[in-house]
Amino acid sequence: MKTARVAFAGALHEAQPHDAGLRLADGRVLRENEVVWLPPFEPGTIVALGLNYADHVKELSKELTIGEKDEPLVFLKTPGSTLGHRGVVRRPAGVHFMHYECELAVVIGATAHRVKRADALRHVAGYTVCNDYAVRDYLENWYRPNLRAKNRDGGTVLGPWLVDAADVPDPQALALRTIVNGVVVQSGTTANMIRDVAWLIEYLSAFMTLQAGDVILTGTPEGVTNVNVGDEVVCEIDGIGRLSSTIVGDEVYGILEQHECASNT
Amino acid sequence: MKPPPLRSAAMHRSPLPVFDFPPWRLSGVVVGALLNDPAALAALGETAHQPPYRAPPRAPVLYVKPRNTFAPDGARTPLPAGARSLCVGASISLVIGRAACRVPAAEAMSFVAGCTLVVDLYVPHESLYRPSVRERAFDASCVLGPRVVALDALDPDRATLRIRAGEPSVERVADTSGLLRPAAQLIADVSEFMTLHAGDVLLLGVRHPAPTIEAGQRWSVECEPIGALHGEALAAREGDAS
Repeated sequence: MKTARVAFAGALHEAQPHDAGLRLADGRVLRENEVVWLPPFEPGTIVALGLNYADHVKELSKELTIGEKDEPLVFLKTPGSTLGHRGVVRRPAGVHFMHYECELAVVIGATAHRVKRADALRHVAGYTVCNDYAVRDYLENWYRPNLRAKNRDGGTVLGPWLVDAADVPDPQALALRTIVNGVVVQSGTTANMIRDVAWLIEYLSAFMTLQAGDVILTGTPEGVTNVNVGDEVVCEIDGIGRLSSTIVGDEVYGILEQHECASNT
Repeated sequence: MKPPPLRSAAMHRSPLPVFDFPPWRLSGVVVGALLNDPAALAALGETAHQPPYRAPPRAPVLYVKPRNTFAPDGARTPLPAGARSLCVGASISLVIGRAACRVPAAEAMSFVAGCTLVVDLYVPHESLYRPSVRERAFDASCVLGPRVVALDALDPDRATLRIRAGEPSVERVADTSGLLRPAAQLIADVSEFMTLHAGDVLLLGVRHPAPTIEAGQRWSVECEPIGALHGEALAAREGDAS
């Protein structure tokens, strides 16, 4: 089963896919562009992985320090950064490199405390797609990736659907890709994760209790490229969903001039 | 398997304090500022200019305390596997009253509802290059409360904390004056890139060096008029591999 959370005609609704678009729980059938899409679950703790695909590690190898592969690179995000399907994301004027990251998002459904790898997937409610945007101009080498680069408003796009774990027999056999303005710019497979979903749940739950609604963003494969104002960015995972967002400029937010043109390269 | 609840049930069982003025409750977002004490950066010395850092930080260095870490006064916190001690990181914390997005420092305090006390327990770690999630996000490592007081009851930039830690307990007094980013500047610099929402908690930062405790030892932190928090470190739980 696939479920979404949408706003329509003055209320929040649960919705399911329909041939015409989606069907609200109350029976109304709507087109995709008639509703406001929210993240398909209310996000609790957001745990994100960096450098979790062998190909992406190779892509960034010049930037990495020795021993980087020993411990997974984990960082936390706040729910304020989340955005639903068809949302807009701000690209600050003057930045040189803002990029998408297509990721499999694993939503926890049952409290996980010191679970073993073999039992780990029983704690998963379902899966959705995440686009975990980054603005590399703002990267600094302190608690890197720092929140200014990775936890910006609208920088964690989630959806459109939460797909029941029962409908995803093998989360490590999913093709994923990013399409910018109709051109495929990133493609990979969850088979290339360095730490798979079950491993991550065992690792994290060994020191932090995971609860229903917590989500693990499992990292992105190679192929991150710059996006510009006006770009339509689609992150897609076979069998999970097709998540769209659009890049907009400062003027939408009433920002008239750039106060700082930061480049940390 | 049940689907996750549309509203997280755990939030309603949370140990966070409620209070009788807006925004009445906390959102569950707790963000801390690292290296806000000039002494912490000074202690790094030349290291801050060398790899992997290459330059001192420009934006605030922030970290997130997730909801599994929240604990009320009286918390008993097991050491994570492999840890021998915990730092007792006491910080005055701002409670945001209304959405603050790109606010200038001169207006920032009008977005603050009040103050509370946070004791951030973390495993001592030398490297600040990667987010230290293992060292900072373990269960019961963020003790918050006991009250939220309105801003007119306490100036967050002129607060005094009394910290007792270890056995025999050593008392130290820490105040919040002279931080690199006082409250208003911190809100300005954080809200430049992430909106702070009503009920979010922003730690001003821990004075350097923070005292440490070992398993079996207690700590307490007091700040008037917020009150006092207490806790104890326990040995790592049986079955935890180091």
